[in-house]
Amino acid sequence: MKVAITSTGNSLISKVDQRFGRCAYFVIYDTVTKAMEFIPNAGIHAEEGAGSAAVQLIASRKVEKIVSVEFGFKVKPLLDSLKIQMISIKGEHTVQEIIDMIEKS
Amino acid sequence: MSPRHKRIRKILNIPLMKGFKPYGNQILQEEKRELITLYYEEYEAIRLCDYEKKNHCEASELMQISRPTFTRIYADAREKIAQALVEGKQILIEGGKVYFDSDWYHCSGCTCHFNNPNKEQDVLVCPLCGGKEIHKVEETKTGCVKRF
Repeated sequence: MKVAITSTGNSLISKVDQRFGRCAYFVIYDTVTKAMEFIPNAGIHAEEGAGSAAVQLIASRKVEKIVSVEFGFKVKPLLDSLKIQMISIKGEHTVQEIIDMIEKS
Repeated sequence: MSPRHKRIRKILNIPLMKGFKPYGNQILQEEKRELITLYYEEYEAIRLCDYEKKNHCEASELMQISRPTFTRIYADAREKIAQALVEGKQILIEGGKVYFDSDWYHCSGCTCHFNNPNKEQDVLVCPLCGGKEIHKVEETKTGCVKRF
């Protein structure tokens, strides 16, 4: 299963980005192969439609779960129809902490 | 004057299939058959009323529309299905003014919120920390998920 985490930077010690559509990087973590992929988000400075573009990117990688803080109102119904789970985590966490949590469960 | 806008109807899931086809010799001979388009909201009305056995009032609340609107959608749906059944037409389920929604949960273990995209299955553990202390976030009156 693949999990996407929004990140502020391209390393494991980066913090989780507060926004889904306009995050700096997407970290795509594969729980089976333990492979990690950092994808820079092209829509970071987009005027509008950043969320939908991000959903397209995520859906093309066959991600099943997304960890972020805030999801935009346009993104929620899109992800619902694609059956992608949204996980909204409060507080400051690094990407490494999130991956550790997923691994433990 | 422009017509009144349609309120967006809330549906749980898209149907498992795209439509239905009649079978039998008579039908197969006539290749050019019209399609009947059943909208998603009409499918949802049939599902809520006849499959889940809810009354129109309960069903209309679930779809975030008024009771008379629900009854109208339901009547249209039955009319289309009856027409397809009698005239041997194909049913295509698509379109309509709908949006999707899912239930939200809160985990006390890692203080995260998450939704359940697979509505047929109940969630028992937190997808992040695997904790069992989860509870459903109650929806507000407007049907929107509370901001957090």
